[in-house]
This record gives sequence, C-alpha cells and structure tokens, in this order.
Amino acid sequence: MEQEIVLKKEGQGVAFLRPFIAKITPSFNKTKVLSSLKQTGITIVSILLFLALWQLGSKALYNKEANYKIEKALTERGEEAAAAERACIESGDSSCQPNTLPSPLQVWGSLQSLIADHKVITADKAAFVEKMAETNAKLIAQGKDAIVYTGRASFIDIVLTSIKTVFAGFLLALLIAVPIGIIIGLSPSLRSAFNWFIQVFKPVSPVVWYLLVFMIVKTLYIGDSSDNAFVISFISVGLCAMWATLVNTAMGVSSVDKDYINVAKVLKLGTFQKVFKVILPSSLPLIFTGLRITLSVAWMVLIAIELLAQSQGLGLFVWEEFQNGANDSNAKIIVAMFVIGIIGFLLDRIMLSVQNIVSFNKNEMA
Amino acid sequence: MAYLELNNIYKSYGYGDNVTNVLSNINLTIEEGEFVAIVGFTGSGKTTLVNLINGLLKPTSGEVLFKGAPVVGTSHERGVIFQNYSLLPWLTVGQNIYMAVKEAFPQENKMALRQRVKDYVAMVSLSPAINKRPKELSGGMRQRVAVARALAMNPEMIIMDEPLGALDALTRGNLQDEILNIWSQDKRTALLITNDVDEGIYMADRIIPLKPGPNATLGPEFKIDIERPRDKTAMNDNPNYKKTRNEIIAYLMDIGNQRKTVSQEEYVLPDILPKSFVA
Repeated sequence: MEQEIVLKKEGQGVAFLRPFIAKITPSFNKTKVLSSLKQTGITIVSILLFLALWQLGSKALYNKEANYKIEKALTERGEEAAAAERACIESGDSSCQPNTLPSPLQVWGSLQSLIADHKVITADKAAFVEKMAETNAKLIAQGKDAIVYTGRASFIDIVLTSIKTVFAGFLLALLIAVPIGIIIGLSPSLRSAFNWFIQVFKPVSPVVWYLLVFMIVKTLYIGDSSDNAFVISFISVGLCAMWATLVNTAMGVSSVDKDYINVAKVLKLGTFQKVFKVILPSSLPLIFTGLRITLSVAWMVLIAIELLAQSQGLGLFVWEEFQNGANDSNAKIIVAMFVIGIIGFLLDRIMLSVQNIVSFNKNEMA
Repeated sequence: MAYLELNNIYKSYGYGDNVTNVLSNINLTIEEGEFVAIVGFTGSGKTTLVNLINGLLKPTSGEVLFKGAPVVGTSHERGVIFQNYSLLPWLTVGQNIYMAVKEAFPQENKMALRQRVKDYVAMVSLSPAINKRPKELSGGMRQRVAVARALAMNPEMIIMDEPLGALDALTRGNLQDEILNIWSQDKRTALLITNDVDEGIYMADRIIPLKPGPNATLGPEFKIDIERPRDKTAMNDNPNYKKTRNEIIAYLMDIGNQRKTVSQEEYVLPDILPKSFVA
C-alpha cells in the first residue's frame, strides 16, 4: 500500500485540530456522561454554596453597619432621629444605605445596569457620529482632524481596552523574550552576560516598571498632545510579564535532548536548519509554558498599571468607583472583580489548549 | 591503505583529578566492504568509540583516519544508526527521513527527494506508516525508520551503535536479517557495536571484543568463517560457529572475571531484633 508523503503543513492542519475535534465530539459512553454530569453537579453545588456564604456575610456586614448608624443617631440626636434613620434604611432610600460588601443580588443588578449603560452610550455614540458626519466630512475636506466622540466609556469598552492592553503587552513580551531567549539559550557566554540582567530586573515590581516606562515615553511623546496612557500601560505590562518567557525559552533552548543535537550533527544540518528544525520544536513545550505564565502575569499586573497610567481600563474603573463612593460603587467593583477573574481564567484556558497542541510527550518518544 | 584506521586512540573525560580514561590504546583497521562487529560489556565505552569514529567526539590523543584523511566532524559518508533511534518526535516518519535526504542531496529536486524517501521507507516495509509520528510506532518500527534514515543518505559506511539493543528477541532476529539483506546488496562497509555475541557472529566478518573500561582497549580479533548468506537455524549445528562462539564467550567471561574484585572487608552487622508491633 503506497501513501503520498506529507511534508507540508496541509496534512498537519488536521492533526492540529484533532484535540478540539475530540473535545467537541466525545464518544457517547454512558459512564462517561454520568461522571461528567456528576462533575457538573458538584461545580453547581459549590457555586451555590459560595453564593449562600456571600449572601450571609454581606447581610451580617449590612446589619452591623445599619445598627451602628441607628445607634449613632440615637446617642447624638435623640430617639426621633434614630427612628427616622431606621425608617430611612428600611425604606431602601439610597441616601442612607450602609455602604459595605454588596450582596450577590446587588452585584447582579449592577452588572445589568452596566450593560444598560453600555447600550445607552453606544446609542449616544451612534447618534453623535450621525450628527457629526456632515461636519466631519467638511473638516476632512479642509484638511483638519475630524471630531471624535469623547464621552464616557462604557463598561464593555473598558473591558475591551483592558484586553487590548494585555494582548499588546503580551505580544511585546513575546517579541522581546522569545528571540532573546533563543539567542542566550544557544550561547553559554551570552547567557552569562545576560544572567545578571535577568536576575536583577526579574523581581522589580510592576509599579517601578510603570515609572521607568513613563519616564521614557513621556519624553518620547514630548510636544505631542495625543494620549499615551495606552502605550505606557502596554509597554509596562509587557516588560513586567516577559521574564517567565525569557527564562523558560533560554532554558528550553539550552537543554535540548543531546540525542537530537547528535542527529542534527550527523545529518550535518546548517545552523538555521538546526535552530528551526530541531532546537525550536524540541523547546516549544517549555516556551509555551513560559508564555502561559507571561499571559497570566500580564493580566494580573494590568490592573495596577492601568490605575497608575490612567488608561481607560478595568484598573482605572475599579479605582474610580472606589474613589467615587456612590451607592452602587461597591457592587460595580465586585462586578469588575468577577470580570477580571473570568477573563483571566479564559485566557489561561486558551493558552493551555495551545500548549497542549504544540507539546509532544517526551516519554512516548525514543 | 585501510578504509578506516584508528591509531593509538586515547579518550578521557574530565580534567585534573576528575579525569576518567574511557578508552586507551585503541588500534583498529577496517577494510572496504567489511562487516566488523565490536562486542563489549555495557559501560565499556562502546558508544564513545562509535562517536569517535562518526566524528561527534574528538580523541584525546591518537588519530582516526577515514580513507586516509583524519576525521574532523561528522560526514554524510558515514551513516549512523543510534542506540535509541533518535527520531525527532514532532516529525512524521517521512519528514524525519526527508530532512536527512534533503541535507545529503542538496542538488536533487523535490520530486527525486520524495521518491527517495518513499523507496527507503518501502525498503524497511513501513510504507503504510509513512505519515505517522514516532510515538505511534512500535520499538522495532522506530528502529527500522532509523535504519532507513541512515541508509537513505547513501553513506559509504554504516555505523550501528547497539541498534537492536532495546528490541525483543523475535523483532531483533527479523531486523538482523533485514540489515544483512540491505548490506549484502551493495556491500557497504559496516561497523556494528553490540553486546550480543550471537548477533555479532551472525552478522559480521570479524568480531573484536572491547575490554571493559576504564581504560578499555580492544582484545584479539576473531574471524568468522561462515559462508554467507548465513542461516540462523543451520548455523547452530555448524562446528565452526560453535567453536568461535565458545572462544569468544570464554574470552569475555575471563576478562569479566578479572574485572570483579572481591571485597575482603568484613562487615560487622549490628545485633538488632525486629520490633514487635503486636504486643
């Protein structure tokens, strides 16, 4: 039986998708279904338990603060004021509500109000664009800048800005760390030359990286009135997060199985071929482990850096809500917390499946 | 002029006090078209010897001459079959071999290279598995891929470093026949490193034992005067075979016994009783 040899990517395209296909079309086996149902059930129960605990906790905190308010009114202004305070709290009037950990329902409400707000802002934006279309066309014809919408950003816009920042930072980290990692992995002398640099700068805090990037970018953008907050934040995120990839790539490249190096020597592969056909594929699993850590670190430092850089992302959103101290600010902060957590989780999952696809099992190979 | 010559080879690893002399005073000549087997105990420096010949290692002193010229680095003229197959796990069988032939025949076009890959895969009867990855293959199949990869480069000399060491006896026998078959077609020079005396006798023209290291050196050679093609079952009754086999094994046993140093030290064991956990 003769088969055509597959040398190009077209044959591997299917292999690349194989894990996904297997995931999407699981073989319908009764015990499998039952065990997966059980797993789902346990997850749902644990979520319900978490919500119940949260509800109880927030209720206790609410009561504590409400009692304190009534007590204070009683000692300072007399019984009548205390009764009025109690009535006010019980009526649910926003002017006298205790400001503490919000309950799950309040957070749910905030999420919905944030989404409603997003719809309003989107409609506003569309109306603005329509209204300005004629003026803008004229402005452009005159060679001037068009007028753009500069209103408040909605929550969804904020989340998108954060994701954009993280991806830009992640790409920057990838573009810096992987090539440098490969180069220092290949050369022991360069590795020792770079070692102090990595060891000294790896533990530096995100805040300090932000300040460093700020110093440089501020000068580069001097005289330019455009907003550089995005540039500063994504560069800082990239610089904070790239170390894991740098170290892992260097380690992966420098610790390629000696057998593979011998094969490369016996086949007399050129340097380029050796790096791209032997060394890189064999260190891909470690490089991807590094990239996965980099992405999760990037998402973690993002919040602090956006806050400092005043970039319109989730970090700034959380901080502004805290400073704002409005009635539903706390609930909005918790919404942001969940959004941050869930996006971080999803990013990690995506990286994990990419990592699983590019990895080969070393033990299965001889 | 001999085809391959090893003159006074010494090889040591490490520096200063930590130096280990693996090989010392190795002298070997192999003529063109010969099939030579080197038999030795595990850990006696067989792989080091192979790597010196194929150019992966340099001798500490002495010289390796291949067709009269000193060996500097690896060469496509000497194909190597490694002990642990050393296939690249992220490439398929076809891709693994294609990578080798592309390097060995840079002037050939893609079609010719593909055809060459297919021919050699067919030669080791792995055509149905050409697009499989090494991990999907059994040990014997992987070793056949390694054989195909080494031969596809059309080397003048094949160096085999315990190529069948990790295989079961049946697969081993089949692959021995396959390798002999391929070898007999164009009588390339072959060097086989093995720890199996029977394998050496069955396959080689000459057997040279490697005394165990440190300071391993080659022992006296044994000529195998058995007509080719050899028949495994018929060979067992061949008086020549029996004689050579007994000689080699006696020699190896003898040096093996010399190596064992019996410890004279007496160990005083502490007088202890097992503790009872029941009471």
